[in-house]
Amino acid sequence: MILERIAVEVLGLKKYYKQVKAVDGVTFQVKRGEIFGMVGPNGSGKTTTIECIEGMRRQDEGQIRVLGLDPQMDFYELRERCGIQLQSANLPRRMRVGEALDLFASFYRQPRDWRPLLQGLQLADKERVYFSQLSGGQQQRLFVALALINNPEVVFLDELTTGLDPRARHQIWDLVREMREQGTTIFLTTHYMDEAERLCDRVAIIDQGQVIAMDSPTHLVGDLGMATRISFQVSNHSIPGKNGAQGESPVVFDPRQVGVLDGVQKVEQEGDLVTVFGNGEQLLSRVITTLETSGVRFQNLRTTQPNLEDVFLCLTGQTIAS
Amino acid sequence: MRGLWKLFTMQFKLYLREPLAFFFTLVYPTMLLLLFGFIYGNQPAPEFWGRNFGTVDASVPAYAGIIIGTVALMGIPIDTATSRETGILRRYRATPLRPAAYMIASVAVYLAIALAGMAILVIVGKVIFGLRIAGSWPSILAAFLVSAGAFFSLGYLIASLVPTARVAQVIGMVIFFPMMFLSGAGMPLQLLPETLQKVSEFLPLTYVVQLIQGLWFGDAWNTLWMPTIVLAGILLAGTALATHFFRWE
Repeated sequence: MILERIAVEVLGLKKYYKQVKAVDGVTFQVKRGEIFGMVGPNGSGKTTTIECIEGMRRQDEGQIRVLGLDPQMDFYELRERCGIQLQSANLPRRMRVGEALDLFASFYRQPRDWRPLLQGLQLADKERVYFSQLSGGQQQRLFVALALINNPEVVFLDELTTGLDPRARHQIWDLVREMREQGTTIFLTTHYMDEAERLCDRVAIIDQGQVIAMDSPTHLVGDLGMATRISFQVSNHSIPGKNGAQGESPVVFDPRQVGVLDGVQKVEQEGDLVTVFGNGEQLLSRVITTLETSGVRFQNLRTTQPNLEDVFLCLTGQTIAS
Repeated sequence: MRGLWKLFTMQFKLYLREPLAFFFTLVYPTMLLLLFGFIYGNQPAPEFWGRNFGTVDASVPAYAGIIIGTVALMGIPIDTATSRETGILRRYRATPLRPAAYMIASVAVYLAIALAGMAILVIVGKVIFGLRIAGSWPSILAAFLVSAGAFFSLGYLIASLVPTARVAQVIGMVIFFPMMFLSGAGMPLQLLPETLQKVSEFLPLTYVVQLIQGLWFGDAWNTLWMPTIVLAGILLAGTALATHFFRWE
C-alpha cells in the first residue's frame, strides 16, 4: 500500500495573515521513517506550514493528511499518535521536570515510561529541578522529551536547536538520529543550513511561502554543479638544512601539472596560495598525488565543498541570513 | 477526561508554590482576623451588629469576600493570562488534553484554594475567639459556592479580555482593592460615610458579604433574595461571556 509509506501529505497549502501570504501553495510528501527538513530564512513560512500540519492553525486552502488523518477533524486522534515540539511554548516556572513528564504522560492513552527517556536526554539528575532553573538547552531537551512521551509515529520539531550552544545542538542531533533508528518519522524546520545538511534525509527549501527546491541534501548540492575548492600554500623558497648546510632546492610549483588532471576546471595562483576548482570524487586524491610525485612542498591544504547555503544563494540570490 | 486529576493536583501545588498567592489567600485573611480579634475581642455587640454577635463573628463571613475576591480577581486573571502569554496553554493544546478538562481542573483548584482559606479562617476563629455561627453549614457553603462561581467567571472574563498578564494584574488590583474596603469585606460598612455606603450598592462584592454574613447570622434565604439574584445573574452572564471570549493563545 502506497498510503502506508506516506506519513505526511500536503497539497496546495495556503495560509494568509490579513493580506500577507505566509504560505503560498506548498505541496510535498514525507515518507515514513525519514527525517524531512523544511529549511528557509526566518519569516519564510516554515512555522506556519508545520503548525497547519500539526492542526495548531487552520489553513486557508489546501489539503493536509497526517497518518491519513485530517489535522482539524481528527485533532485529538492525531495528538495521540504525533509528538509536537513547538517553537514558542512554555511550562509553568515552578513545575519540576519530573512533574511535567508525569503530567503530560497522563494526557495520553499509551504513554511510555519517561524515566529512561530522561536518562537518554541527560536530564536524569534534573528530575526535581524547576523548569525555570533549567538552561536553554535543558529546557529544549525537556520539550523533546514531552514530544516523545506517547511513543509517537511522527514527531514535529520546530526550530529545535535555535539559540543552543554547539554542544547542546550535537546532543539533540544525536537524539533525532536515534529516533529515526527506532522507526519514527521526523519532520523538522530549521534556518540552519548545516543542520539540515547533516541531519535530514530530504529537505524542502522554502522561501517567501513557496517550496523552491526539494531533494536530498547531496542531490541538491550536486545539481548545483558548483565546484569543490582545494586550496593550499606552496613554498618555492629553499629551506636551510642542518648545520647551516645548503638545503635541498625546492621544486617550483607549475599550475599546468594540476590543471591537466581529470575533473579540474581551473587553477588560480596568488603568490603562495593556490586554489584548484573542480568536481568528482577523486579530485582531492589526484591533486595530492600529483603534488607528491612532483616533489612540490605544500601546506595548509583545505577543501571547501559547496553546501546548502550555496544552493539557497544560487536559487534566491540571497544568503539565508539576509 | 484523562489527565484531569493529575492536572488538578499539579495546579494546586503550583498555586501553593507562588508565595504571593499563598499569602493573600491563605495567610492574609487570618492575619486580619487575629489583628482585629485581639484589638476588639469577640464580645457580642448588638448595638453595632444589630444582634448578638461580636467582631470576629461578623468578620469571618465578611473575609470570605476577601478570599473569593483575591482568588477570582488576582489569582485567576494573572495566572490564566500568564499561561496564555508565555505559551503554557499552547503547549497543552499540542496534547490530547481536552479544553473542558483543563477548565474543570482550573476552576476546581481555585475553588479548593478558596475553601481552604475559608477553613483556616473558621478554625482559627473557633479555637482562638470562640466563633459563633447561627446559620446552617449547607446554606453557608451553598452561598460560598455561588459567590465564588460568580466571581471566578468575572476573573476568567478579565483574563480573556486583557492582552497581557501585566494588564491583568493592574486591572485585577484596580477592581479588587477599592472593592475590598467599600463592600464590607475588609471593614464593616457601618464605618463608612453614607455616600460611600451608596457606592457599595454598585459593587458585586457587597452582595457576597451580604449573602454569606446574612446566612451566617441565621437569616433565611428569602430575606436575602436580592444578593442571591445579583450573584446568580453575574454567575450566568459571566460564564456565558467568559466562555465566549476565552482564548488559548
